[in-house]
Order: sequence, then structure tokens, then C-alpha cells
Amino acid sequence: MKRSVLSALVLALVFCLATAGAVSAATKVTLWTFIPQHARFFDVMAEKWNAQHPDRQIELESSVLPYDDMHNKLQIALQSGVGAPDICDIEISRFPNFLMGVPQLLPLNDYFAPYLDDIVPSRLGIYSKGANMYGAPTHVGATVAFYYVELLESAGIDYRQIKTWDDFAEAGRKLKQVHPDKFMGIAETSAAWTVTAMLAQQGTDLVSEDERPLINTPEMLRAVTTMQNMVKEGIMTTCPDGQPDTEGGKGFIDQGNVACVIMPLWFMSRFVDEMPSMNGKIAIAPVPVFEEGMPRSLGLGGTGTVVTNYAVDKDLVGEFVAYAKLSEDANRMIWEDLGFDPCNTSLWTDREMTHNPENRYNQYFLNNAFDVLLEIKDEIQMVRSTSISPTINQYLTTVMLNELFEDLLDPAEVIEQAQYDIENQIF
Amino acid sequence: MRRITHFIYNQKAAPYIFVLPFVLTFLVFFVYPVFTTIRMSFQEILPGMITNVGLKNYQRLLGDRIFRTAVSNSFEYMFWTVLILIPMPLALAYMLNSRSMAAPGLFKGILFLPILTSVVVAGTIFRLIFGELPGSFMNTVRAFFGLAPIKWLRQEGTGMAALVIMCCWRWTGVNILYYLAALKNIPPEMYESAEIDGANAWQKFRHISVPLVKPTIIYVLTISIYGGLAMFTESYMLWAGNNSPRNIGLTIVGYLYRQGWEQNRMGFASAVGLVLLVFASIINFIQLRLTGVLGKEGD
Repeated sequence: MKRSVLSALVLALVFCLATAGAVSAATKVTLWTFIPQHARFFDVMAEKWNAQHPDRQIELESSVLPYDDMHNKLQIALQSGVGAPDICDIEISRFPNFLMGVPQLLPLNDYFAPYLDDIVPSRLGIYSKGANMYGAPTHVGATVAFYYVELLESAGIDYRQIKTWDDFAEAGRKLKQVHPDKFMGIAETSAAWTVTAMLAQQGTDLVSEDERPLINTPEMLRAVTTMQNMVKEGIMTTCPDGQPDTEGGKGFIDQGNVACVIMPLWFMSRFVDEMPSMNGKIAIAPVPVFEEGMPRSLGLGGTGTVVTNYAVDKDLVGEFVAYAKLSEDANRMIWEDLGFDPCNTSLWTDREMTHNPENRYNQYFLNNAFDVLLEIKDEIQMVRSTSISPTINQYLTTVMLNELFEDLLDPAEVIEQAQYDIENQIF
Repeated sequence: MRRITHFIYNQKAAPYIFVLPFVLTFLVFFVYPVFTTIRMSFQEILPGMITNVGLKNYQRLLGDRIFRTAVSNSFEYMFWTVLILIPMPLALAYMLNSRSMAAPGLFKGILFLPILTSVVVAGTIFRLIFGELPGSFMNTVRAFFGLAPIKWLRQEGTGMAALVIMCCWRWTGVNILYYLAALKNIPPEMYESAEIDGANAWQKFRHISVPLVKPTIIYVLTISIYGGLAMFTESYMLWAGNNSPRNIGLTIVGYLYRQGWEQNRMGFASAVGLVLLVFASIINFIQLRLTGVLGKEGD
């Protein structure tokens, strides 16, 4: 009796295992990201992929790790050759680290090929080394100005008339007369959004084509002096945590302290998710420039999705990543779900998508983001991202911008010292 | 079988067997990494590309203004923590050990509690306490005295103060525990005979307690020096990352982390690590020499 019970149990177990095996014929694919919304996005894309490819099912296992932990873990895994995931989201400022030496990432050229016609090429370039493309971009990240219209109107300012930095400063002075405790803009100290945008307007960058730091340049001097003067006049201010995309910064904006925030377009999602008091009060416009005719935008921030060399089924994973990030389906999702400006710019003119009144991003803002994007489309510059970029960014956002906007030290001396310190770390 | 029993009961082998676990872990987790670090400090290390660069990493370190900031921060932090965390817990332990102390268990518990909280949680709470908005705890305290709010974690002096305060809050209880254990070992007869000789409380503390807990003081001093120089997590949590304004919270280990992980320069980071090892060794060697722990036989 006992024996028969036992054998029945064994049989049942074998049956269970066999059916479980049949169900999970899908290939297991692991994914690391540091943004919960991205994990959700990939899960949806995996479902769509599975629906379209019944014979090539994937079972996506996505883990959300803290920013530093994830990048460090990935770096150790790739250096040691053990424990890397199949797919990983790498933030743009860390990306160059993973291209150093022999990249332990899979070149994705073949998988990207079917989609390349529609994608902004420069966004692929920032995640490439030589001719090899290693990362799939998420968005363009076009820099725009977010104006707090109610506040500006109460001081008699029309944000549409602000074209240059002089106009911006003038508006700031007007604002001060009515609201002495409010500010026109934020001078970031823990990020370099505005400074980088000002450099791009003048046709330069933080790093040269031959990978040398460009800090003590006349263009940089002009940018930081303009900002410092505004800080001295009380038109611009530094903010808690040093920049808008932080807890402190978002709180500061949500309390209505600033009339204008200059950020990449993806900052829309932060407004919608985290700054409820500003609902229906923010308008989007091009960034002011030094002189009219200068390019008014630049793509900033971003994450490149990579496939590591340790992916089990490279073809399957490569094709999935290309589909999940570059296909038209994906680009629609990137706008509708994440609120980012998709890299497939042909979608920017698809009014059904861009002007959908049901869209929560469209509902939050006073005007339509894509109207602004189309206006500046041909002016969007791209940052250079090289192996020395992490060092430069790191120095700017801890030392240089603090010395300029908190301590108000002499700009010419500060940028000279910065150039020296950065070169010393690099060469 | 007999051989094994013979081996187990062998008095010559026993000591080696007993220290073997320590020696093994020491070799695997200390000696081996130290030697690989030395080798790595002369290399440039990238995936699939390791090149020897000679002394380049050390040369760069010499001209590095930020490294000097990190070193001076670490030393300043070590100085303050040693200055506070050696005498204060001793005095508190002495009070707790005193017979006239009410509810010593309760106070012991309260003082020991902070070390049980994770440094991550503590760092986050302290970051909020030292927030720069007028509503933060420390600024509310200042407002009570009619002072304007300040940006605690953006200025050198107040930033360091926040670090030291957090360190004291966390470690006072642990040091008290060390001292209490040492104080409990002092036979009460010594105090009694001192009392008969007419010694007052200060004299008893100065001439009986302090000399007898001296080995413990030296131990606490040694680990505090190392702990101060090697501090990283506290700063990392207080500034929510490794980047503090003007590097006011950057420590040697923070710099190592930045170079090694954030900027993928493992070779350079190894050089930083070795410099830390050298600093900690030199200071502790001098300290142990001065307190007479090392080189006693020779003197």
C-alpha cells in the first residue's frame, strides 16, 4: 500500500514537472534597470513581442536596482565575466565606462538595421564605439523651457516674448518687482543642464572631437558669466539638492518658487507624476538663446539599452531589444506611457498620437509638447559623449558649478582651475 | 583511525589547528587582495585590456587637488571623532558603572540603540535633519534662537559637523560597551582602599580607572583611527551619493569608489587604496609605539 502511494506521488511529480517544462518553453531573459517605469515598459513590450512571435517566446525577468548599485554590479559582472544580465539599461553619463577597453557588449547593428531609417542618428551615435552600435536610445531629450504662466502673467510677462537671455533677465527683473521672493530660473549646481544648453547654442560642447576637455573656453566663460550675473541679481537661484530633477528641486518647483525651468523634455513626466500643484499652469517653449538664430535645443540625458556578451540567445535578445526600443510600437509607447520625446521623429507629426486629448501629459500642460518640438526639430543639437565625459560631468557638478553659483567666485579663474583639475585626472 | 586521534590530541599541532581558520581568512581576504592591489596600482585595467603603466597612477595622485581634499577631509573627520569618541564614552561608561547611577540598564540601552539602526536609514534621517529648507529640524532649532536658516550640507564647517555628529550618535554606545567591560574587570577593593586613603572621585577615576582600562583605550583608539580614515558610507548616505558640493564630504574611500567604479579606473583606485593603507598603518604604528604597545620588549 505504502509503495503504491509513493509511486503515485512520484508519478504526479513527474507529470507536474513535465507540464511545467512544456509551459516554460519560452527563453528566460534577464533585464536590469534603475527606473521602475522602464521595467514596466519592457514588460509590456515583452507581452507584445510574445503575441507577435508565438514560436519565439521570451520570459522577461526584470529587476529594478538602485542607480549606483546597478551600474557597479554590471561593471563587476562584465569585468569578471560572471553574473551579467542579458539586457541592461545604462545611463548616458555612465555609458562611456562600458565602452572602454574591449566592450563586453553585443554590437547591435544587424538587429537595429530594419529600424534605422526612422531614428535620429545622433541618438544612436552616443551609444556607439567606432562603427558598432551598442545601445538602443530611449528618447531625444530635447531641452525646452517650462514656464509657470500664472506667475509670469501676474507680473505682466508674456513668456512667448522671451527669445534671448537678455529678454529672460529683463523678465526676471520685472518678476522681482512684483514678487521679490520668486525667481526667474534655477542655476544648477549638481547638474549642468543649462550650461550645456548654452554651450550648444554657441556651437560647442564640454568635450572636443579629439576627446579633450573644453572648459576654459570663451563660450563657457560667456555661459557661466551670464548665469552668475543673474544669480547675483537674484533673477536665478540655486535650488535644494542643486538641480530640478531631485526631491528637493521638484519640491522647490512645486511650491511655485520659480517661473521657468530649463530641462530636457522628459522632465514632463516628473511634472505629471510628482508636481501635482503645477497641473494646468505650465507651458512649454523653446529655450532662450544668446542671439536669435542660434540653435534653441539640445538632446540631454538618456539611457541606452544594451545586450551583454553573456546573453544566452543573442539573436533573440538582440531582436527583442531592437523591437522594444526602436520599432514604431515602441516609440508610441515611449510617448504614451513614459512621456518622452521618441527617437522616431516621423511620429512627431502623427497628430492622432501627439494631440490625443486622453493623454495625461497633454492634459497637464497648457500647450502641446510636439508643437514646440516640431518648431525646434531641426535645431536640436547633440552632446558628445566620450570616455572622459564622466570625469568632466562629475567635476562640474560637484566643484565648478558650486564655486560659480554658490560661492560666486570669479568665473575666469574657476574655469581655468577646472580645466587644470580635469586634465590632471584624465591624462 | 589511531593516527587521527593521535593527531587530534597532539599538543604541538593543536595551536596551529586553532589559528588555522584565522590564518586562512587572513591570507585569502587580506594578504592576497593587498598584493593584487599593489600589482593593479601599476596597471591600467579595462575589460580585455590590461596594460602596465609604471608609476603613472601615483604621479597623477600627487598632482591631484581633489585627492588632497579627500585626504584632508578624512583626516579632519578622524581627528574629531577620535577627540570626541575616546574621552566622552569613557566618562559616560564611568558614570554608568557608578553605584549611584539610577537605571543604568535603561541608559545603556538608549545609548546602544543607534548602532542597531542601519547606517543607510540613519544617513537618510540625518540628511533630513540637516536639510537646507527652513522647515528642516536643525533650521527650526536655529529659528527658535532667532537665527536664519543655513544650508548645512553645502558648507564645509557645517557639513563636517553633521558627519561628526552622526558618527558620535552611532558609535558612542559601542565604545561605552568596550569601556564598561574593562571597568567591570577592575576589582572593587582597589576603589575601597583608595577611599580609605582619602581619594576623591576624580582621583579614583584618574589614578585607578584610566590606567586599568588603558589597553581598552588603545584598542578603541586604534579602531577609531582606522574607522575615521576609512569612513565612506556615512558620507555617501548623508549626501545621497558620492558627490557632495565642492567635495566637502569626499573621503579617501569615497575617492577610491569614484575613480574605481564611477569612472572605471581600477588601477588608479588601487593606488588610492594603497595610500590609505599606508596612512592608516603609519598613524597606528606611531600611536601604538607612543602608547607603548609596540616595541615594549626592546625598550
